[in-house]
Amino acid sequence: MKVMNMVNAVNDALDIKLREDQSVVVYGEDVGVEGGVFRVTEGLQSKYGARRVFDSPLAESAIVGTAVGMAAADLRPVVEMQFCGFVYPAFNQIISHLARMRNRSRGRFPMPVVVRIPYGGGINALEHHSESMEALYAQIPGLKVVIPSTPGDAKGLLISAIESDDPVLFMEPKRIYRAIKQEVSEEKYSIPIGKAKILTPGKDVTVIAYGAMIREVQRALPRLKEAGISAELIDLRSIYPLDKETIAESVRKTGRMVFVAEEPTSFGVGAEIMAVATEEAFLYLEAPPKRVTAFDTIVPLPKGEHHYMVSPEKIFYEIQKTVKF
Amino acid sequence: MIMFKEYDALKKKLFRIMDDDGKIIVPKYFPEIDNEALLKAYHDMLFARTADLMTVSYQRQGRIFTYPPNYGQEAISGAVAQVIRHDDWLVPAFREMGAWLAKGASLKDIFLYFMGYEEGNSWPDAHHFLPIAVPISSQLQHAAGIGYAINYEQKDEVVFTFVGDGGTSEGDFHEALNFAAVWKAPVIFIVQNNQFAISVPFRAQTASDGIAIKAVAYGMPGIRVDGNDFFAMLAAVREAREYCRSGKGPVLIEAVTYRKGAHTTSDDPTKYRTKEEEESWDKKDPLERLKKYLLSKDLYQEDQEETLIGQFRQEIDRQFTEAENHPPYALEDVFKYMYAEMPDDLRRQQVEHEKFLKWKESIA
Repeated sequence: MKVMNMVNAVNDALDIKLREDQSVVVYGEDVGVEGGVFRVTEGLQSKYGARRVFDSPLAESAIVGTAVGMAAADLRPVVEMQFCGFVYPAFNQIISHLARMRNRSRGRFPMPVVVRIPYGGGINALEHHSESMEALYAQIPGLKVVIPSTPGDAKGLLISAIESDDPVLFMEPKRIYRAIKQEVSEEKYSIPIGKAKILTPGKDVTVIAYGAMIREVQRALPRLKEAGISAELIDLRSIYPLDKETIAESVRKTGRMVFVAEEPTSFGVGAEIMAVATEEAFLYLEAPPKRVTAFDTIVPLPKGEHHYMVSPEKIFYEIQKTVKF
Repeated sequence: MIMFKEYDALKKKLFRIMDDDGKIIVPKYFPEIDNEALLKAYHDMLFARTADLMTVSYQRQGRIFTYPPNYGQEAISGAVAQVIRHDDWLVPAFREMGAWLAKGASLKDIFLYFMGYEEGNSWPDAHHFLPIAVPISSQLQHAAGIGYAINYEQKDEVVFTFVGDGGTSEGDFHEALNFAAVWKAPVIFIVQNNQFAISVPFRAQTASDGIAIKAVAYGMPGIRVDGNDFFAMLAAVREAREYCRSGKGPVLIEAVTYRKGAHTTSDDPTKYRTKEEEESWDKKDPLERLKKYLLSKDLYQEDQEETLIGQFRQEIDRQFTEAENHPPYALEDVFKYMYAEMPDDLRRQQVEHEKFLKWKESIA
């Protein structure tokens, strides 16, 4: 075991896969010499050489587009989008090719590609650096969307993502890149994609979150306990495939559901989670499912961001309202 | 690589070997090809043209869906067909049927795709051949990525990829050429400059003096070739493959041609071009020119043509009928190729739809 933050853990997963699988290549903007703007790929180029870990020219569409070609030619590229707000030029490649190639070639060209995307707000960043747009990807047939909330999960989920024969968008909550440290096994291990995890069992209300919001919910838990509310906290870990069974089972038990995320409120992952609660646990519901999410607005610049980001107080406030409904 | 130097893109010269009457005007670059191979190349192009024209009539008969004709552009694919090897990659756009056939696709597969079955597009009989790419220019990036993989795995392969003149306005065109050049990826980018992007003429597409010259800025050779001159195309594609294999990186070939047919069977070219213009290009028809050459060398007789076309038509019809008798599209085929392991959601959606189908059957 070794104490790691999420940056270390992602680096460790890449290291393990680069070491054991010659078909793995890692590239993107600044990922080679510099080791990425967040230093996630630090040291990997000097260890594995510039053929396997390298700086590409600056063009997101071609970073994903060339990964599609490499995957067709039996490589397993892991590419980095520098920030979530810079992915959009690559949308055509992600939607029209990466997600479709396997199906349209009737399985002849699977796409074992991982697109790593640091995402989310709360770090006083420049414009276009703070969005949480996972729902955009989750609706695209053919993709998997994974979001870890701890260093240990990041490592295990990334290893699964690299080993998956399907394209995985691996979204890294950059707010907690270095904020959470924990003991992580230095051995290789994987965590299955598509399985949620119950972090805290409870009986009064099901709280569903992922990414950096797990920590915010956990900060609200002591106060909820004080108020006599037993909350069951579920970390989705995968947005798609969505572990509907774990959600439904929990909601059937508690009769209440609160969804916490930093995505905009409408048409998002939250809407899908509420659909699961109503479709799968309709007769068990004792209160309307509730979304505690960001506004349907542009993420404000840092001075206004505190209005926008979901806080532990807001989470507490909405959960106790739902419980008292 | 003397020819690339002599026809350096900055000189803005059009590379031709044969004139419109089938006479050899630049003998020094005449590509070596024996008579048998040359005749076969002509037959293959004639086959592709016959198939193309018949596909348009199948569409008119309502037996196939929208189809993009190749009519007038056969020499480009015909030349690629001579050079492309079994292990080389073909990353297509959607208007290079001769190259598809050379890569091992069957007409039946092509028909299946345009009849609405993905199966055709998976090219079950071909090797290293990506599916047809409908979104413009984005396939060029796949070619650059495959080129990287070829270098990475130190293989003796080259990628052939196609795009039209309109596609060169896309950002993906720029990105793909740039990546391929930086990576020294063995990719031959072939721009079929057929003068129109659906209805938009070349002069409204770019202020550049042709497409080949764009190669200069990416640091790769570019050559502007008469795309209706089989010999010039053959010489250019051959030299391009050699260049790529020498480890120097990609090549851009601008094949100047004319789309004699419509953009697709849904398009009506009379709206945006004149009869006179069409007739002026008829004189440069790639098959007519090569035929004139073959006739002048006594390699071919005019009266053979009808018999050949008759044989081709039978074969084409046979494959079309086979495609028409393809089993119906099964519901499970909608789902089963989406993921390596099917997510529960998809399984559930399929099962629920099957229940509905059973109910529908029960009340019928």
